[in-house]
Amino acid sequence: MSILTALARAEAVESGRAQPLTTVRHTHIAEKPLVLVPLALAGEAAAPLAAMVGTGRDAGRLLVVANPRDRTQRFQFVAQLARVVLAYVDGCSRTVDTGQTSKLRYAEAPQVLVPNRGGIEFIRLLGRSTRFRRPYGPHPVHRTVPLLGQWLTFLRERSDHPGSGMLLALTEVLGEHWATGQSGLEDANLAALLGWIDPPAGLDGAAAAEIAEDPLRWPPAGPSTDPTFDNEVLAPALAAYARAADEQAKSRAEAALSAAVAEQVEPTWGLMWRAVDLLRARRAGASVEARWAVDRDVFTMYHMSLAEGTALPQPRRDSAVAAAGRLDRLEREQARYEAQRALDDPLIMAEFRLSGEAFTGTVVSASPNRVDTSGKKAALRPHITVQTDDPVRLEPGALLVSPTRLAQQAMVVSVSSVDVVLELSKGMGRSTKQPAPGSVPEVGEVVTYGPVSDAYQPPGRFPAREETPWTHGGPPPDYQPTDSDAAEDWS
Amino acid sequence: MTIIDDILADFGSAAGRGVVVDSPPGAGKSTLVVRAARTMAEAGERLMVVAQTNEQVDDLIDRLATAAPGLEIGRLSASTYVPAQRVIKHGSVTVSGAVSDVQTSAVVIGTAAKWATVTEGTWERAIVDEAYQMRSDMLLRVAGRFTRGLFVGDPGQLDPFSVVAVERWAGLSWDPMQSAVAVLLRHNPDLPVHRLPVSWRLPPSAASVVSAAFYPFTPFEAGTRPEDRRLEFSVRAIGGDPLVDATLETARRTGWALHELPARHTVRTDREAVAAIATIVVNLLRRGPIAYSEHAPDGRPVTADRVAVGAAHRDQVAAIRQALADTVASDVTVDTANRLQGREYDVTVILHPLSGRRDASAFHLEAGRLCVLASRHRHACVVVARAGIAELLDTHPSAEPVHLNVPVRFPDGWEANQAMLAHLSTMAA
Repeated sequence: MSILTALARAEAVESGRAQPLTTVRHTHIAEKPLVLVPLALAGEAAAPLAAMVGTGRDAGRLLVVANPRDRTQRFQFVAQLARVVLAYVDGCSRTVDTGQTSKLRYAEAPQVLVPNRGGIEFIRLLGRSTRFRRPYGPHPVHRTVPLLGQWLTFLRERSDHPGSGMLLALTEVLGEHWATGQSGLEDANLAALLGWIDPPAGLDGAAAAEIAEDPLRWPPAGPSTDPTFDNEVLAPALAAYARAADEQAKSRAEAALSAAVAEQVEPTWGLMWRAVDLLRARRAGASVEARWAVDRDVFTMYHMSLAEGTALPQPRRDSAVAAAGRLDRLEREQARYEAQRALDDPLIMAEFRLSGEAFTGTVVSASPNRVDTSGKKAALRPHITVQTDDPVRLEPGALLVSPTRLAQQAMVVSVSSVDVVLELSKGMGRSTKQPAPGSVPEVGEVVTYGPVSDAYQPPGRFPAREETPWTHGGPPPDYQPTDSDAAEDWS
Repeated sequence: MTIIDDILADFGSAAGRGVVVDSPPGAGKSTLVVRAARTMAEAGERLMVVAQTNEQVDDLIDRLATAAPGLEIGRLSASTYVPAQRVIKHGSVTVSGAVSDVQTSAVVIGTAAKWATVTEGTWERAIVDEAYQMRSDMLLRVAGRFTRGLFVGDPGQLDPFSVVAVERWAGLSWDPMQSAVAVLLRHNPDLPVHRLPVSWRLPPSAASVVSAAFYPFTPFEAGTRPEDRRLEFSVRAIGGDPLVDATLETARRTGWALHELPARHTVRTDREAVAAIATIVVNLLRRGPIAYSEHAPDGRPVTADRVAVGAAHRDQVAAIRQALADTVASDVTVDTANRLQGREYDVTVILHPLSGRRDASAFHLEAGRLCVLASRHRHACVVVARAGIAELLDTHPSAEPVHLNVPVRFPDGWEANQAMLAHLSTMAA
């Protein structure tokens, strides 16, 4: 935990309300997100019990499995879920982004919101247990089941990418924007977290969070259910369904089960939409749209490749080359995301200033017409000296950028205990002698410089899959789809 | 030197694809690398050498060019690299960014990051230095360039890390977050693994402690006898803080000292601990320490460049540097554990990673971090810490998630910390 976060948490305790950690919202919230609250049956990994899903507060649909241990019923439930999710995903591909001319990009992309990390993990497991199923062969399923598995897997993989907004756990998004007076573990409870951020009238955050811990008033947000509910409500309801002798008794038992489950899910459903409202109320950061455009690009590509039948297989495990390539991509995206957040938001920049990687100060001298003639071509390279009280911990040669002059690059020339000398390049117009007016900071101007965001980092070069070296086990065998793909080691 | 001969025989033989050499701190790893490179090159083999940082590459080149002045050495470098003085002073070294310029050199040396960009040419043999600091995805990128490899490194040092926290690959034999050697050995379990059994750096007082705490199943010994190493002060203490004098005296006598401050939870840059470190370092230099060792039986003054201060975080390092500026100790090296890896000093003063903390996170418990900090010295090491670390450890047993198929790593950070602390507590001033 950084010093500023620790301070914000202490202030949250003192004031009885969560404190903002950011001045803007760093996550895209779609106009029509798909909220999904899954519930699982205790005792088996990813055995779905129910899910409430929909794109509007009043458009939630509750799907329930009457006997979660019955594989046929389980995949019927998955097919129902698939109908909702696939309709939503296809809906996002209807309109094309007209601002993009060089390549096709859909105007929308799916955004699935789940309550917590457990929800994301549930999506991973559900995707894994469905994407290898086939509509033919020994255990046929509806043709939408493997397709849903592919989409869930796609969404789950996107959620690893820093800055992606296609699959989000709302407790995590809220936790990045607000500091509460409770522990990180307690923040994973959506009801308690919202209690701190937006307590009901007359209560402070701590009191609201305490009320939220009562599983009768605020049932757990899933996928695990409250053990008392399991024992006293769910088990008898499931038993009644299993005992039901005729069709009429069956549908009665099913209705009773649905009603019981609805009581567990509906409070969370309301919380999810409250969280969405709270996030929407905050202005989006400047680079949020650019990151969402990346998401839309990735979605466009995957949607088209699925339609053409050229989508890459989603193996259960990455090969050596795939794993290394993915890590390389994630690391570059992480660096970019952190820099973009800092440039969008003075409160995040303050963290960098505290750690000495950024600084704010006043320009005390400037030579805007300085020309560097050491290279082949003379180039305009103004120097500015910035006086600062920040604890600067930068080395000469470090590249920086200012949030107000994103197109301009600044290189640290020297650092002393009171000032920093910077050499500027780019973003000063065409002339090699005279910078464009206002492009070079003037004496007296207060400027901030922080880590570069958009410096192009080339992707790492990796061997081809069939050239995997001996140190990593040599080339892996080629994948041949078979009927037993869906089987797990333990099943 | 029979063990080095064994290693060279294994590496030089036509059978097998590689050799792994585990080397505890100061066991002559660099000597081995230089000797292996020289032997191979003189036998007419074209050799590639992979190190992890530019600093390591330059050190290696300097040592190799000094040992074998006639050897043609190519140094692969990025375009931003400014050749160090100790590299260009050797006429036999060619520095270039393009592999075609150094194609004919008997030995080509570069960082792993640079080698990863090379797309042509293969070498029969490669030496990979500091292979435990290298991430396995980096090995994947360079392994295509050579047929047989000698992997040298210290398993007790800090593991490579990543800024992203993804558990996706946990348990895979080619997990890209693992060290190069870990992945190499999982795929090639029959590779011979040699161990250098003697530390020439650590004094007997340190070798036994470090070996027991951090190398519980692969013990090593000091190469020197207790009477070979001695630290003396040429100036008597006058009117300073008696506790600091007692700490220095304990360190002089026993090779270890624990300078304990009153228990307190502090921010990372604990002001009192920083001030205590500065006082200790300044007093140490004022006392005119003289080190007697097998290299200098008649004594050699311990000057500022032979002293180092180590800490876990960069902001701690900055705070200590600030405290030492404008004192006699302004030239003392102050750095994080990551950057102190592979370096050697006469006396070190370290800030315990758990000092003043409320919790013991995986980062602060990592055995490698404490191991690096506690194994840089030839004579004495002073540990500065807040009281209460033992209680902190007791309330924070390791709670890291356990994944299937992930080999258990020894030593466990929690256990190593306890062992170290148990020894230090007998050395409290």
